[in-house]
Amino acid sequence: MNGDRRSLRQRLFEPESLERQAPVPKFMTYVLLVFWSLVVLVPLYWVLITSFKQSGDVDNGPFYIPFVDFTPSLHAWDFMLLQNNTLGPYINSIVAALGSTVVGVVVGALAAYALVRTRLEVKLATVVTFLLLLAATVAAVVTLGVPWPIALGSAVVIFILAVFTLTHRARLALGNRDIEFWIISNRIMPPIVAVLPIYIMFQQLRLLDTQLALVATYAAVNLPIVVWLTRDFFAAIPVDLEESAEIDGASKFRVFFTIALPLVRSGLVATFLLVLILAWNEYLLALFLTNANAQTMPVLVSAQNTTRGPQWWNMSVLIVVMIAPVVVIATVLQKHIARGLLVGAVKG
Amino acid sequence: MTAFAETAVDTVPRPGWGERLDRHAGRLMVLPAVVILLCFAIFPLIISAYLALSRFALAPGGFTLKFIGLGNFRKLLTGSQQYHFLGTFGAFGPVAWGLVALAAIALLYCMARYLRGGSVTVVGIVGRLISVSLTMGLVLVAVATLATSGVPGTLVTTLLYVVIGVSVQFLLGLGLALLCAQPIRGRNFFRVLYFVPLMVTPVGIAYTFRMLADMQKGPFAPLVRSFGVGEWSWATEAWSARLMVLVGDTWQWTPFMFIVLLAAIENQPRDQVEAARIDGAGGLQIFRDITWPAIAPVAGTVVLIRLIEAFKIIDLPNVLTGGGPGLATESMTLHAFIAWRTQDLGASAAVGYMLLFVSTVVCITFFNFVVRPSRRLES
Repeated sequence: MNGDRRSLRQRLFEPESLERQAPVPKFMTYVLLVFWSLVVLVPLYWVLITSFKQSGDVDNGPFYIPFVDFTPSLHAWDFMLLQNNTLGPYINSIVAALGSTVVGVVVGALAAYALVRTRLEVKLATVVTFLLLLAATVAAVVTLGVPWPIALGSAVVIFILAVFTLTHRARLALGNRDIEFWIISNRIMPPIVAVLPIYIMFQQLRLLDTQLALVATYAAVNLPIVVWLTRDFFAAIPVDLEESAEIDGASKFRVFFTIALPLVRSGLVATFLLVLILAWNEYLLALFLTNANAQTMPVLVSAQNTTRGPQWWNMSVLIVVMIAPVVVIATVLQKHIARGLLVGAVKG
Repeated sequence: MTAFAETAVDTVPRPGWGERLDRHAGRLMVLPAVVILLCFAIFPLIISAYLALSRFALAPGGFTLKFIGLGNFRKLLTGSQQYHFLGTFGAFGPVAWGLVALAAIALLYCMARYLRGGSVTVVGIVGRLISVSLTMGLVLVAVATLATSGVPGTLVTTLLYVVIGVSVQFLLGLGLALLCAQPIRGRNFFRVLYFVPLMVTPVGIAYTFRMLADMQKGPFAPLVRSFGVGEWSWATEAWSARLMVLVGDTWQWTPFMFIVLLAAIENQPRDQVEAARIDGAGGLQIFRDITWPAIAPVAGTVVLIRLIEAFKIIDLPNVLTGGGPGLATESMTLHAFIAWRTQDLGASAAVGYMLLFVSTVVCITFFNFVVRPSRRLES
């Protein structure tokens, strides 16, 4: 109302109303936001145009704008996609990411549901027995040279006997919160600590350099995240529906699949996407566990540093085909993925 | 009522398997997850412990493992690999002592705040004393190699990535989130765009930044040449190489902080902000008194998550610099990887265990002294 009587300084720096910004802060906000947009976009743009360059365009460069200062060519695309074996690693990546995500989400959601809705108890004595037997088995195999199937078999038998005779009388027990904490805390473990034994394990099972090894390992690595996120989704749905279904005689498994899972659908989608992208980008484990057959895209990309030096145009093609699907997913389904991140961080 | 009776009758004839299965449903549901984690986390941890305590050597027709106790760790901490892991220590000058004193004061302050905050337990005190002294040890190593004439090893390099990287990412993410929370047009556009780097594979980011930072044919080459430093390369100097790794890491992870903090800011009590504005409070004052207390718990958690992941860094240094020049950019995971490649499995496992130990200490210290108090702030 009294807008006309405001001084120039007021009009520039002080907002007219609470919902709006004054011109100068607004301008500054946009400058900063556009600047960070450039920070995000320039690397992506540069990879994209480099993939359409030929060796001369790179070596005599830099050239910035296709059709203006260099002629784009499909040379690198033709070379990488049709003449080089890029398709193999690409399919490996898809299988490893999708397979491990499906396994991880199903197993993790089951566990999270049980942790939220049922009362679990593990006797401390059972855990201690288990760990001691495991250590003894390892020691027997490594130092005494007992063949591992025999050692493992006898350990399992002893463990089952111990559980049914001794440990179930013990008093001290771990409850839901302890189990949950243990599952989630596995994420703190750096993969480098576990990767050597996993390597040896798959070598013994003759599964090294297979997609199956990657699926199993990725599922295990991402399991803590799935449990952590889906736990909150399950805890947020009302328990009444499930209870009435159970009174009607449905089993816990049936309730889980027909009632609980559909109710947390959007949360599952968020978890699924997040874990899928983590598995898609995984590098260290694939570096150890794969060779020629099951090589994934990140390993293929990193291996491009040849003796002739990196060939930027070919490498850019690989990076583009690798990040294009996730960037599309990220832009279209941003809300869903962000939800996954938020539940984890906000609830702690 | 009839429906209930019918189903009840229906299930009575076969109480065997189905019911027994249902009684143990909870356990059966957790079982697959527990088995997977036992196979891929606990079992490997035990094997790794054994590897870390032994010497691995190739022998005709296979390999031999010889138990050598803590030999691998002794080599890393005091022996021939000390320069590689801890670094080369220099003599303490006044600046170094000042930094050590500062860190000590900060940790003592945290401890004092805990002791005065009520709810003190014996376990709490002992645990915090242990984590404070270990953190102090890490600070001493860092100061002895960075603030003197020494050379940092992989431990300090990893800590640099974690501490500097996570702080910068947090501040940038917070700043962008505050900007994006303003009433402006195109908010959703920025939100989606800023999210994208998080999805890009780190290996791809490493090569992309190598292309961008190329001093001969990168996009900024003409600009750099006009300053007359065309012959210089960032990859040949320790600090510029480390900076490149941090730049790539920051480009990728700032979005994570941004997305989470933006949601937290949007959840802050709107009516309080409006009331404060009507009373004429400035932006800074509103941030300090309303926004920050509202988002502090989320901020603590998000930094903790990022800390856990930041310790695992390998892709960026491996592809950007291969750990060089010298050891300048080698992270602990990369150190373990290189040891593995040279068939030194014992050293590799020992470095892995040190990483597990250090990251656990730092994360627990952070959780006890920052995350917990910030949650109390809210209530």
